[in-house]
Amino acid sequence: MTTAAPDHAPKYAQLSLPDRIAKVMPLLLVPLLVIFGFLSIGSTSSWLTLTVSGLAMGMMIFIMASGLTLVFGLMDVINFGHGAFISVGAYVGISALLALESWTGVPSLLLNVAAVLAAVIAAMCVTGALGWGFERVIVRPVYGAHLKQILVTVGGLIVIEQLIQVVWGPDEIFLTRPEMLKGAVTFAGAAIEKYRLLAVVFGLVLFVAMRLVLKRTKIGLIVRAGVQNGEMVEALGYRLRLVFIGVFVAGSALAGLGGVMWGLYQEVITAGMGEEMMILVFIVVIIGGLGSVEGAFIGALLVGLLQNYVAFLEPKLALISNIALMTAILMWRPQGMMPVVKAK
Amino acid sequence: MLTNLLSGDRPRSLILTILLLAILAALALAPFLFPGVRSLETAARICIFIVLVASYDLLLGYSGIVSFAHTMFFGLGAYGVALASTHMGRGFDALIVGTISGAVAAAILALLIGLFSLRVRAIFFAMITLAVASAMAVLVSQLSGLTGGEDGLNYSIPRELTPAFKLGKLFGISVTGKILNYYLVFFASLALFLLLLRIVNSPFGRVLKAIRENDFRAEAIGYRVVLYRTLATCLSAAVAALAGSLFAIWLRYVGPATTLSFEIMLDILLMVVIGGMGTMYGAVIGTTIFVLAQNYLQNLMGVAASATEGLPLIPQLLDPDRWLLWLGVLFILSVYFFPTGIVGRLRAED
Repeated sequence: MTTAAPDHAPKYAQLSLPDRIAKVMPLLLVPLLVIFGFLSIGSTSSWLTLTVSGLAMGMMIFIMASGLTLVFGLMDVINFGHGAFISVGAYVGISALLALESWTGVPSLLLNVAAVLAAVIAAMCVTGALGWGFERVIVRPVYGAHLKQILVTVGGLIVIEQLIQVVWGPDEIFLTRPEMLKGAVTFAGAAIEKYRLLAVVFGLVLFVAMRLVLKRTKIGLIVRAGVQNGEMVEALGYRLRLVFIGVFVAGSALAGLGGVMWGLYQEVITAGMGEEMMILVFIVVIIGGLGSVEGAFIGALLVGLLQNYVAFLEPKLALISNIALMTAILMWRPQGMMPVVKAK
Repeated sequence: MLTNLLSGDRPRSLILTILLLAILAALALAPFLFPGVRSLETAARICIFIVLVASYDLLLGYSGIVSFAHTMFFGLGAYGVALASTHMGRGFDALIVGTISGAVAAAILALLIGLFSLRVRAIFFAMITLAVASAMAVLVSQLSGLTGGEDGLNYSIPRELTPAFKLGKLFGISVTGKILNYYLVFFASLALFLLLLRIVNSPFGRVLKAIRENDFRAEAIGYRVVLYRTLATCLSAAVAALAGSLFAIWLRYVGPATTLSFEIMLDILLMVVIGGMGTMYGAVIGTTIFVLAQNYLQNLMGVAASATEGLPLIPQLLDPDRWLLWLGVLFILSVYFFPTGIVGRLRAED
């Protein structure tokens, strides 16, 4: 007896061209913005200068934002106190640099880099430890309650910022970069600050390293799986809480690193700098899609580039350009460019 | 009659009732009980902030939405009055036009922000309001041609509301326009507070509470969650703008530091949490305690700091400028240990 199975020929439906473009569209936004910048600025040399400084700014924002977006993705914890780590990192790192003046004041590449590295390591250790304490004392009692999380972490932000003022005094601290990082190189008629180039390279290296850790290692696999479906990962026997604490500490340390870099970029640090940066960080995390490291990377580059281009073209609009960018992207994709976290 | 006026939401605690009556009496008779410029300033500040905090509680306590843009709406109302008074000249018509346009602008802005962020998830709202509010604060201080920048705007209000207008004497106190102005602030605040009490005790308020407790279930029962949340945001923004207008009428000055700064946002948060989220009476208690503490405790900290001068670190911790540090600690502790605030505690005892 023959079964009356219906004739059918299964075939893979090809994505249509518009669908495929829509999928990679976020990746195309950065080059599109750069081209748009080139067309509207007109002068190659100023365009080059602006692009490099925009990229440098974007890289630094990305370093600060990456921890926040992962923390949110993993445990559904929204940390408004993240900005405090940026400030603390900047103060610790800059204090270390000021203490190592004998290394930073001489035009020796080796000593300069050693001093910066020492400052970065000091800042990351302190902010990492602070993040660990913050998670234990402030965040742990309020898991699962967004409202309380927001309130309590804002409280933590205030307290840490005030403590910075107690320890370092209420005035801003001015600093100068190490000798070898001062000045600019000229390329195709454009003056490009050395430090910005270094920030771009450093940010790229960090992004690639982070991607490698997330995509190629077991711990990265667990983190990514935890972002997608935490309960399932726990059911498979992994203690997601420990992973989460690790990510929280790493994210805090990265915020501290971002703080040092931002301090060196601006050549001045204030206790309120973290709070100011938090606004950009939030914009980046929102437009990137909560929980997505790649989204945050693209978002950060967009914010950095747009801010620099608009500041050159129409200085008064620079303040609202980021809000406009966020509005446009949310109109296009309400969940952000690359949402990972399913709406919980 | 009284129950109607309170929309059926009685204090439900003897101590709370006594406290509320004491605050009401003190505020109603402030010009006669506590003569003096400073105490009248404090009383007016308490009235205005009760409305501002109560309107914030409509969002935070009743709808479970965290907004960091409440000072922005407050500022819109204040700048509305200031701009209208600057450009239309002194007069009651300028005050009315400024007040109404401020409230409408606040409601529209809240609608826009709400449509963008509440549609996806409520947590976006906290972040987006923070970003928008800070952009607005920077914008106001940059557009100095329109807003006076960091210096703010000074303007004149109708003569009937200024100290120059004298009416005679009552109980040994000379009644001036300043006192009339105070009573304008007092009765407007009282009316707005009762209006808010009416809103939260209406069926609309009940739906908001249901959404706060479980938005998924509320949606399943058939209530459009986004609609209700957006409406609550707009209402609270409009009331905040009205409070801002009162503030502008009272001070005859607006500036970014007094209306838009993040510090004021934190003050509002603290007042709501200390008084008690999810109850309008919490706003009254929280505001009164906080404003009194703010005005008089800083002096105390100065005394304590100079008393401990020889010791290491302690004087810096007690410096009056570090007042925010202690508020932050208090804030964290109260979120952990008194999530229902003073009013919740008092009500639980009875």
